[in-house]
Amino acid sequence: MTLEMPAPTGARPVTVARLLAAGPEADLARHLACFGELNTTDRAAGLATQLEASGLTGRGGAGFAAWRKLAATAESRRALAGRPVVIANGAEGEPLSNKDLILLTHAPHLVLDGLLATAAAVRATTMYVYASQPGLSHIRAAAATRPDAARIRFLEAPEAFITGQATAVVNAIENGLAVPRDHTGHLTERGLKKRPTLLHNVETLAHIALIARYGAEWFRAAGTPDDPGTRLVTLSGDVPQPQVLEVAGGAPLTDILRAAGTDPARLRAVLVGGYHGTWVTQDQLDAPLSPAGLANLGGHPGAGILHALDRTRCGITATADILDYLAGQSARQCGPCRFGLPALAEAWRGMASGSGQHTPAIRLADSVDGRGACAHPDGTARLSRSALRAFADDIRQHAHGNCLRTSR
Amino acid sequence: MGQNTTAGAPARLHIDWTRCDGRGLCIELLPELLERDEWGYPAARSRSARSDIPIPPELIGAARDATALCPLLALTLSPAEELTP
Amino acid sequence: MFDDAMWAFGRASGIIAMLLLTVSVLLGIVTRSGRPLPGLPRFSVSVVHRNVSLMSAVFLVLHISTLLLDSYAKLNLTDILVPFLGADKPLWLGLGTVAFDLFLAVAVTGLLHHRIGTRAFRAVHWLAYAMWPFALLHGVFDGTGGTSAWFLLGAGTALAAVIAAVIWRISAGFMETASLPSRRRAEAPAPDFQLRRTS
Repeated sequence: MTLEMPAPTGARPVTVARLLAAGPEADLARHLACFGELNTTDRAAGLATQLEASGLTGRGGAGFAAWRKLAATAESRRALAGRPVVIANGAEGEPLSNKDLILLTHAPHLVLDGLLATAAAVRATTMYVYASQPGLSHIRAAAATRPDAARIRFLEAPEAFITGQATAVVNAIENGLAVPRDHTGHLTERGLKKRPTLLHNVETLAHIALIARYGAEWFRAAGTPDDPGTRLVTLSGDVPQPQVLEVAGGAPLTDILRAAGTDPARLRAVLVGGYHGTWVTQDQLDAPLSPAGLANLGGHPGAGILHALDRTRCGITATADILDYLAGQSARQCGPCRFGLPALAEAWRGMASGSGQHTPAIRLADSVDGRGACAHPDGTARLSRSALRAFADDIRQHAHGNCLRTSR
Repeated sequence: MGQNTTAGAPARLHIDWTRCDGRGLCIELLPELLERDEWGYPAARSRSARSDIPIPPELIGAARDATALCPLLALTLSPAEELTP
Repeated sequence: MFDDAMWAFGRASGIIAMLLLTVSVLLGIVTRSGRPLPGLPRFSVSVVHRNVSLMSAVFLVLHISTLLLDSYAKLNLTDILVPFLGADKPLWLGLGTVAFDLFLAVAVTGLLHHRIGTRAFRAVHWLAYAMWPFALLHGVFDGTGGTSAWFLLGAGTALAAVIAAVIWRISAGFMETASLPSRRRAEAPAPDFQLRRTS
């Protein structure tokens, strides 16, 4: 195979070319030349075992072990809960994220391979790709060039933050409305039309396509033992060029930032994990981008988003802007989210202008947390709490009419 | 699905937030477990489980009443075994 | 003698049923508002509304069965459910039949709310607003002495109360939840979550 492998000894490089190894906008021929063939039915039986050994976790934000969801779906099918459904989720409602689009544009065949392999493993014949434009057009065009993708159905996700939420995806396919639904129990037991439903982010499926070919050992050759493999990272904000990089698991944030041409010393903080993520201050940027590495900071890699804030910016204003956006993106189905998030955003606006105390923000974040049909209020509360920690000094200064941001 | 032991599985009151409109009947019937937030919605006093609230045995009757009387059918009590006396 | 007794019970139970239905409609509107009454928390309002409705069902059944047994009333079984076929004053009797049919639908939806869901429940339960005036007209024009002064006074009072309640029902601040100060703030328009059909 022509896949680039990391050096066996010595320093592990930060960026790794795996998912995008076939080059830009790889068509079927280049895809096969780069990665080789994959007989999805042959590999179906052993896929769950390979996935478990690989340690692959979901790349859509929640980070569950990929093999667990697959095993649960297969279990539901065996319990006669209906024929399973597999859905590739490329909705990418997070404005700071671009990786799914990059993947759908340049490596759609990996996503299709992963979808087909997963479906074969759980004996599902119903498959969907749910993605926003223009990514959807790219993968749809790619599917048209291969007969094994003939049964896959394609649906366009509306452009909004929560349209990629798991129950919203199912709702969108069932009823044409991409808002979350109340749920008790897992989609793998009862999802689309009450059938066992396996939903994976498109990047997770792309990794599955490679693990199905090369096995768990190969996957673990990159990354660290507790964060194996690679992940796509979208860098935005105060970086020379917003871009998507594929990085090894456990890579320190500083290394990733440098690989994107940013000097971490000039930064005030980095938002890790997207709008539902955590602010990591400059002094903590040596933490690895991994579940364990960020857990101490109350964070999680999420969908691999790093949004940099340099010293000329104000963290409170940045947070207030994000909270305004998140409040506006509420589906407005659930009271605490619909009313609580705008109130929380207003509290932060008050702190940004120096007229507000931080106590309403504490109270409101505690009030909305866990009280909704989806995790939108929870993630928003998390962001607010992390901003209170990261920018505590700034808040104090704002109350006195000053701001800590520098003028270069 | 569901445990068949009376001593094991705790009963939980699930709030369907997409139906709830903060009408507050449940809060009147379960004041030990719920209070009303500033917009009228039920807020569980215990912070750990705010959408699936554990119900102690002495409050099962009140929880059943709340489930039956919610005007928007936003409450469900499970496991179902708990509903049969 | 027997007929006289049946007629007397029939008339009395009809009047009581009308009274209870009026209270039920008023309590139903209060229930819908989500507001408590002095001494009655919201859940009690809901329960009392249901209990009064069940009591009116009892008196309706008494009203119908005693009059079936009164040969002067000339009622047969079909008149209970099929309107306007009655031998005596078919129109005004028929309104009573219609009111009873509507009552059955309203009561059944009330009892089966959990089974049929809130949308179906509301759609049928709204028929109570048709049931009540039909019942009142039936009472005034089919009942013995319905047009007498004291009966008209009672009917007029009930009508005034129901009209006032309906005006309140359609007023802006009716729902307690909508009029909470914390909910009054202007809201930004929501994003569009509808799926577009892909070409």
